Amino acid sequence: MGDPLFWHRLQFGFTATYHYLFPQLTMGLALVIVVLKAMGLRTGEARYNDAARFWIKIFGINFAIGVVTGIPLEFQFGTNWAAFSRFSGGIIGQTLGMEGMFAFFLESSFLGMLIWGEKKLSPKGHFGAALALWIGSWLSGYFIIATNAFMQHPVGYTHAADGSLQLASFWAFLLNPWALGQYAHNMIAAVVTASFVVAAIGAYWTLKGLHPEQARLNLRTGTIMGLIFSALVAFPTGDISGKLVAKYQPITLAAMEGRFESGPRANLTLIGQPDVARRRIENPIQLPAVLSFIAYGSFSSNVKGLLEFPEDQWPQNIELLYYSFHIMAGLGTIMIAVMGLAALLLWKNRLDTARPMLWVLMLAFPFPYIATAAGWAVAEFGRQPWLIYGLLRTLQGGSPTVNAGHTAFTTLGFAGIFVVLSVLWLFLIGREISHGPVSHSPKA
Amino acid sequence: MEMLWFWLVSVMVAIYVVMDGFDFGAGILHLVVAQTNEERRQVLGAIGPLWDGNEVWLLAGGGSMFLAFPKVLASGFSGFYLAIWLVVWCLMLRGISIEFRSHLEDGLWRRFWDGTFALSSVLLPILFGAALGNVLRGVPVDGTGYFEMALWTDFRVGGTPGILDWYTVLIGVFALVTVAAHGALFLAWKTGGAVHDRAKGLALKLWGAVLVLWIVASFATSAVNPDIFHRLPQAPLGWVASLIFLAGLGLVFVGIKRERFLLAFLGSGAFILGILAASAACVYPVMLKSTLGPQFDLTAHNAAVGAHGLRAGLVWWLIGFPIAIGYLAFLFRFNRGKVKAAAEGEGY
Repeated sequence: MGDPLFWHRLQFGFTATYHYLFPQLTMGLALVIVVLKAMGLRTGEARYNDAARFWIKIFGINFAIGVVTGIPLEFQFGTNWAAFSRFSGGIIGQTLGMEGMFAFFLESSFLGMLIWGEKKLSPKGHFGAALALWIGSWLSGYFIIATNAFMQHPVGYTHAADGSLQLASFWAFLLNPWALGQYAHNMIAAVVTASFVVAAIGAYWTLKGLHPEQARLNLRTGTIMGLIFSALVAFPTGDISGKLVAKYQPITLAAMEGRFESGPRANLTLIGQPDVARRRIENPIQLPAVLSFIAYGSFSSNVKGLLEFPEDQWPQNIELLYYSFHIMAGLGTIMIAVMGLAALLLWKNRLDTARPMLWVLMLAFPFPYIATAAGWAVAEFGRQPWLIYGLLRTLQGGSPTVNAGHTAFTTLGFAGIFVVLSVLWLFLIGREISHGPVSHSPKA
Repeated sequence: MEMLWFWLVSVMVAIYVVMDGFDFGAGILHLVVAQTNEERRQVLGAIGPLWDGNEVWLLAGGGSMFLAFPKVLASGFSGFYLAIWLVVWCLMLRGISIEFRSHLEDGLWRRFWDGTFALSSVLLPILFGAALGNVLRGVPVDGTGYFEMALWTDFRVGGTPGILDWYTVLIGVFALVTVAAHGALFLAWKTGGAVHDRAKGLALKLWGAVLVLWIVASFATSAVNPDIFHRLPQAPLGWVASLIFLAGLGLVFVGIKRERFLLAFLGSGAFILGILAASAACVYPVMLKSTLGPQFDLTAHNAAVGAHGLRAGLVWWLIGFPIAIGYLAFLFRFNRGKVKAAAEGEGY
C-alpha cells in the first residue's frame, strides 16, 4: 500500500475502466442512430425518427459522462506517469494531439445540433449531425487504440541521444498492424454493446406491453445488428487479435491460456484453473490441437509455454489474465448464441411472443460490458511487466515525485465521484426509459 | 522548429483561455445576471452549444505540448499533482452541471446545478491563473527535470513557496476578474432583456477592476521575476502582443460606451490573447523556469522532441487547425443572433 506504483496502476485501471463504460455504448449507439436516421430519410416513416429521438437522449446522457470521465485520463499521463510521458511523449503525443484536433472538435461542434437541433435543422441536416458524431467518436477511438497499440507493439520509433523515444516513421506508427486489428475488434464490440442495449429496451417494453410499435422496432434492430456484430467480433476480428498476440507477444498468449509446457498440437483450454506455483492447469476441459490452429493456422504448430521464457518476463498476474481471457471468450460465445436464437425467432415471426427469450434479451445487456472490460484486462495485464512492450517496464514509468498517499487520496476521490455519477446516470436513464419514446409524428 | 512549436502551443493555450474564458465568465456571473429560471436558461443557451468545443482547446493544446515538449508536461503535471486534480474535478463538475440541469423540471434540482456551475466556474480561473503565476515565478525543478511542491506553505514567494502563494493567488484573482469581465461582454452581446441589461451594467465595473488588477499584477510580476520586463525590449513579438492587448483594452471601453458589445467582446478577446502572448514572448525560450538556477530551466530547446516528430506534427496541425476554426465559425453562424431561453425539453 505504500508503493506509489500500486496506486498509479489502480487509479489508471479504475478510471479507464469506468470511463470506457460510456464511450463503449455511445460509439456503438452513434452507428445505431445513423442507421435509424438513414432509414427515416429513406422510408419517410416516423417510427424510425421516433426511435432515433429516444436513443439520442440516452446517447446524450452517456456522452456527457463519457466526456467528463475522459478528462482525468488525459491528465494522468502527466500527473501519474511522468517518466513514461518523458520517455514516449514524442510519439504518443502525436495521436493524443490528433484526437483533440480531428475528433473532439468534430464531436463537440455537432453534439448540440444532434441533441437539440431536430426542429431547427432539416431532416438531412439532423442526419448529418448524427453522421458527424459517428465519424468523430470512431476517429477518437482510433487515436486511442493507436496509442495503446504503440504500448503493445512499438513501431516507427528510434532512440534519441538521451535514451527517450523519437518518432522515426509517422505512418508506421499510425498504421501499426496491432492498431488496425485491435481497432476493428474494439469498435465492433462497441456496436455489439449498443445492439444488446437496444434489444434489451425492446424486450423490456414488449414484456410490459408498452409502446408496441417502438418495442418491435428496437427488438428487430437490436437483434439483427446484434447477430451480425457478435459474429464479427469473434471472427474475423477476434481471431486477428489473437494471432497478433501469438505473433508479437507469445509469452502473453501462453499466460492467457495457462500454458506452461511448449509443444505442437497445443490444446485449447475451455475450462480449468491455472496453478502457477505448480506450473500446471487444474481440472482442464480442453479441445486437442485447437490452440495451435487458432494461433498459427495449423494443428501441428508449436505453441510455446511460459517455461520457455525467463520468469522476469512473465505477466505478473497470470491468474487474472487467464480468467479475464476466458470470461471474454466465453461471454462472446454466449452472446452469439443468444442473438442467433433471437434472430431465428425473429425470422419465424415469434420473437414478440417468446417470453423466455425476451427475458434473456432484457437481462443480457451487461454481457458485452463485462466481456469488453475483461478484454481490455487481457490487453493490459497481458502487456505486463512492460509499459511499452520490450522497451519500458511498468516499474520505470511512474512519476518519481508523486507519493503513494497523494495517489491514494485522488483515487478515493474518484471512487466518490464515480458513485455520484453512477447514481445520477441510473436516475436519468431510468427516467428516459420510463418516459419512453416521444413521437413527433402528426397523429400524436 | 522548436520556436515554432513553442508558439503553436502558446497560441492554442491562449485561444483556450479566450474561448473557455467567456463561458467561465458566464458561469461566474450567472447567479447575479440571471435571476429566474428563464434567464438562467438564456445564459446556458448562449454557452451550451459552445462550452464543450471551447474545452477541447485545452485538450488539443495539452496534446500539442505533449507531442512537442513531453518533458515540460511530465515535470509540470507531476509537480503540481494536487492542483491538477482540483482543476480536473472542477472541470468534471462543471460539465455535468451544464449538461444535466435541463433534464428535470424541478426548482431544487436546477438551483443545485446552478450552484455547482457557479462554484466550479469561480474556482477554475483562479487555479489556471495560479498556474500561470507559478510559470512566471518559477518552480524548484532540479537536475532530474522534476520538482515537488506543496499546495501552499507560508504564502511567501521566497524560500519554499507552495503552488499557492500571495503572488500566484493574485494572478488567480486577476484571471478570475478578467474572465468574468470577458463573460459579461459575451452575455451583453449574445442576450437580450434583463440579462443583457445586468451584464452591461456589470461589464464597466468589472473592466475597471481589471484595469486596476492589471497594474497591480504587472508590478508584482516585475518584483517576483524582474527578468521578464528586462527581456521586453529585445522581444519584438512582445511589442506586437503588447500593442494587441492595449488596442483590445481600448476597444473594450469604446465598445461598452457605444453599446457595441460584439466589438467590446472582440476587444476583450484581444486583450487576453495579447497579454498571454506578451508573457510568452518575454519568457521565451523558457517554458518552466527553475528557482534553483537557470541551468535547470526547461526550455523550448532542451525539452523538445526530435525533428521528425515536430515536422509530422506540424503537417497535421496545419490541416487540423483550419478545420477546427471552420467548425467554430459554423457554430457561431448557426447560433447567431440574440439567445432566448429554449422551450422546455428543447435546449439547455
